[in-house]
Amino acid sequence: MMTTRILQGLGRFYIFLLLAFLYLPIIIMALMSFNVSPFYQLPFEWTTEWYASLWQNDQLIAATWNSLEIAVITTLISVVLGTAASLALYRYDFRGKKFLQALLFPPIAIPWLITGTAMLIFFFGVGIGRGLFAILLGHVALALPYVIVVVSARLQTFAPELEEAARSLGANQWQVTRRVTLPWIMPGVIAGGLFAFAVSFDQFVVSYFLATPGQTTLPVEIYAAIRKGFTPEINAVSTIIIVVSMALMLLTARFFKFGGEK
Amino acid sequence: MAGVQVSNVSRSFGAHKALDDVSIDFADGGFYALLGPSGSGKTTLLRQIAGFDFPDSGRIAIGGESVERVPVEKRRIGMVFQNYALFPNMSVADNVAFGLSVRGEAKATIATEVQRALDLVQLGKLGERRPHQLSGGQRQRVALARAIVTKPRVLLLDEPLGALDKALRVDMQIELKRIQREIGITTIFVTHDQEEALTMSDRIGILRDGRLVQEGPPEEIYDRPKSEFAATFLGDANIFRGDATGNGIKLPDGTTIAAGIGDRLAAGVKASCAVRPERIRIATDAGTSNGNANTLKGQVSKRIFAGNNSTYFVERAGQTLKVIVQNTGNDRLAEGQDVMLSWSPESTVLIAAS
Repeated sequence: MMTTRILQGLGRFYIFLLLAFLYLPIIIMALMSFNVSPFYQLPFEWTTEWYASLWQNDQLIAATWNSLEIAVITTLISVVLGTAASLALYRYDFRGKKFLQALLFPPIAIPWLITGTAMLIFFFGVGIGRGLFAILLGHVALALPYVIVVVSARLQTFAPELEEAARSLGANQWQVTRRVTLPWIMPGVIAGGLFAFAVSFDQFVVSYFLATPGQTTLPVEIYAAIRKGFTPEINAVSTIIIVVSMALMLLTARFFKFGGEK
Repeated sequence: MAGVQVSNVSRSFGAHKALDDVSIDFADGGFYALLGPSGSGKTTLLRQIAGFDFPDSGRIAIGGESVERVPVEKRRIGMVFQNYALFPNMSVADNVAFGLSVRGEAKATIATEVQRALDLVQLGKLGERRPHQLSGGQRQRVALARAIVTKPRVLLLDEPLGALDKALRVDMQIELKRIQREIGITTIFVTHDQEEALTMSDRIGILRDGRLVQEGPPEEIYDRPKSEFAATFLGDANIFRGDATGNGIKLPDGTTIAAGIGDRLAAGVKASCAVRPERIRIATDAGTSNGNANTLKGQVSKRIFAGNNSTYFVERAGQTLKVIVQNTGNDRLAEGQDVMLSWSPESTVLIAAS
């Protein structure tokens, strides 16, 4: 009895340490974004002035809009292409299919630094150069494997007889896909989309390589701002990003859990 | 409604011949069972008729129209799958409505037809439920309603009762038969359960290794099997092997068995005789033949009491024979007892060795 209680206590303490390790820096940063002192000085004095001045920072706001725009477009493109690719990989057997599927994983593992360099060289070579369009292309390429992996995982739980049943009732390929297959894989499609959004919105390395001074994304802009000199505005904008990202990830977890249940 | 003609259909998957020159005529309005062990090609044949897969050669006609290259969605068939394959994201009514809806029928028509189909399978009140809220038997009925609501030309059932427990299965057999009679649709039914095939169908086709072994009404296949396989796969049979004598066989030990059923065979060729266990009389008195021409002496090695009948296993010249005796209150024989078996030539089928 005694030992169980001690072990339980130790377990709780361990989880507390783990969560503290994960969240303490973030919490301190969030708190400091509401502190009057720009130099992390205590005592804590509440203010929203850094959020107010953030609102005046046109460069940061422009970069934020760029980031959102690119993330949304990346999500749409990679969800459509990725879902179509997953369906093709699920339905059809063709030469080199296994090879093609295996090729989907390395881009996830290759360091972004290297992918970014390769993209920069390639885009210059083919004349696309740098800028928002280049960033968008790069983000779609990065996000696509995530969508395909997540949607394919969901498709593995789909019973192929459902498509056969729909066909036996007279449904053509498009009707089968829209009315039977897509509703089933929708949690996977949404989870894949959230992944794509996160990959794009949080992307720094590849964006950094492909951005130009006028056309940049939020993470790149933050990095540039820190190099010029740290201001509590960065705490403020980081806090906003953290809240948005965590909300997205919680949503993903929720949908992906549903993916495993049914 | 329409009949289905399968003519000389073959289908191979790599080196494996799943169907080998199969021809069957499914009469309009009939209830047909395709029976065979797993790997016999019965499901492959059903999928050819459905249009999920196309034959390498041969012809398939539905209502006289060649369909062997027509995809499933254009064949106007109804199919019930082994695990029901109900759409989990739709209500029961939407499941049943699916076929009418993809055809672009009017909403009012769909609602009427769906209700009629659900009433037919006695699920009229469950339209709003989701498939996961239904029992196995109810799901089965929904699958059936969904398959027949579009008024298909032929109804195909792939082991539809396989997932149900025994009591429910018997109920569904009767129910399925009633519905089939009511709408008079040509029905082809794949099963590996011989009892199901016997009780439900007008005709049975037995398949083995991609070939049609025998087909005909259940009584005919049961009473006049043309091969040892047909005799033992559909029901139980005692098989004796020997040399043909013209109207029977001679066993290796010299005993002759007279057969009244089956083609006459030239004397001397290898042949077998099949006798159903319930056709054999068993007696303790060594002289009792009950007037039957075929008699054998043996010894009871085991008795299994099943309430309404008993099965005796009788050892005779290294062979174990099976005898089923109705429970009439007497004739309870002990294990180890010497017995006399007797049966008539009319209960004996002569089969050419394959």
